[in-house]
Amino acid sequence: MSQLLHTKGLRKSFGAVTAADDVSITITSNERVSLIGSNGAGKTTFANMVTGYLKPDAGSIEFLGKDISKLSPREVTKQGIARSFQIPQVFLQLSVLDNMLVAIACSQSELSFTRSSHRAEAIDSATRLLERFALHAYCDRKVVEMPGGMRKLLDIAMALTATPKLLLLDEPTSGVSVDEKFPMMDTVSAALESEGVSVLFVEHDMEIVQRYSKRVIAFYSGRVIADASPADVLADEQVQLYVTGRRK
Amino acid sequence: MFRTISLGMVSIAVIALASIWSPKWLLFPATMAASHGIVTLGIVLMMRSGVVSFGQGMVFASGAYCAALLAKHAGINDALVLVPAGGLASALLALPFAPLLARYRAIFFAMLTLSLSMVLYGILVKTETLGGSDGFNVARPQILGMELPPDMANLGMFWLSLAFVGALSIMMRIYFDSSRGLVALAIRENELRVEYLGSSVQRMIGTDFVVAAFLAGIGGALTGLTLGHIEPNFSYWTTSGELVFAAILAGHHSVAAVYLASFVLELVRSFSALYFPNTWQLALGLFLLIVIRFLPQGLGSLWIGNRQRSDKR
Repeated sequence: MSQLLHTKGLRKSFGAVTAADDVSITITSNERVSLIGSNGAGKTTFANMVTGYLKPDAGSIEFLGKDISKLSPREVTKQGIARSFQIPQVFLQLSVLDNMLVAIACSQSELSFTRSSHRAEAIDSATRLLERFALHAYCDRKVVEMPGGMRKLLDIAMALTATPKLLLLDEPTSGVSVDEKFPMMDTVSAALESEGVSVLFVEHDMEIVQRYSKRVIAFYSGRVIADASPADVLADEQVQLYVTGRRK
Repeated sequence: MFRTISLGMVSIAVIALASIWSPKWLLFPATMAASHGIVTLGIVLMMRSGVVSFGQGMVFASGAYCAALLAKHAGINDALVLVPAGGLASALLALPFAPLLARYRAIFFAMLTLSLSMVLYGILVKTETLGGSDGFNVARPQILGMELPPDMANLGMFWLSLAFVGALSIMMRIYFDSSRGLVALAIRENELRVEYLGSSVQRMIGTDFVVAAFLAGIGGALTGLTLGHIEPNFSYWTTSGELVFAAILAGHHSVAAVYLASFVLELVRSFSALYFPNTWQLALGLFLLIVIRFLPQGLGSLWIGNRQRSDKR
């Protein structure tokens, strides 16, 4: 498996708070990795640094061998890293289809002044992705009228329009009911499988972590305290003490 | 695209024909509405991505002054040269400011554009060679080398404005329906997500500012040539305010609504000035309040909203 993402010695502080301290992680292709940690452990800061929203104070981020630590979110997306958000960042006043068409338009190298946003091939590719996320029946519905779980799915579907090599999902099941979280993750998982994209997801729900990831990285106070298979990480004493709170 | 072009051309042809039999008094306000409508279209273009320029008077005035100066000093008298030259001059004036303005949003964008227009106003008022505070007169232009006979002058200027309205409206409708036009609506809602999807919001807003300036320059040149006079007030904040007023009245959905709003505004202004000469701004203000209360999405929402509802059914 080839190396996709490699971070080395990442540091990030906000005043006296250290959100990332010597974070070195390598992600290879076709991996499904979850990031766990209590609130303020540094998971989202790590995701924000990788996607260009925050610049690290020190250290480097390489993606496919290229240094991306100083790139903007837009430039990082162009390199092949996409993300979805804890609070779905969708366009509420537009329809589901229009949200997808915006994402498709943005994924192209230049925005056209004349090419119709609703041309057949764009609609086809939007519909194909929406079908994978079981959203195609809601194409014409305004997003503001849709429940939170569907907005999450749409958020992820939009991130996939750029055919990324690595997808970061920030708490994909937060705010989703207990009954809905597994069906939703099954849908996401199947869709991502068919796209052949590596996934790095931030998650608090240990059932989701165990069921849907092959590798777990645990954060505490800005540092990586464990990096192994789900079973090994969840059995780790430090993880139980600082993250899961299940110490015997 | 074919449907947009044919619909636009047919509409313009119908209006041009109707104007032959329209009351003579209506031609002047209709011409002003058309030329101001082109400027308003530029403001609507920016409104679609969530920014409002309160300083469109700057590029409106620069277009008018460019056309007038070319006519006065360069001996160019053909409106088909003067009007595009006005548009080009305004776009060139806007170009260096676009990258700076594109970094600001909301009230900061509005105030910066307003400041720029007031700087130009100050320069125009104090520059005697440009006519100072009184401005200067512009001779009636020719169209394709032909002099307009006095009894045909108003109709000729109306048709000229209509031709520009037709061409620019078709272009803008195509733009609104394009990928870029859709992304503008997304920027209005959530620009961070647009960046994360891979598009540059600043570049888009900067480009739209220049396009809007081009439209304002065209509108300014048409206004100057129609009035036969230009003055620094073109760049004054009240002029920009009235154009924003028309944009709010129109909403950001429909191109046709922009001209309807501009025309309604011109009529309200003309009749208010006739019947309440000292309080016409009051009538205008009340009119705006009513529109905001009952049509918050503008006149265009009347038929765009209906179309969306019938699509759902």
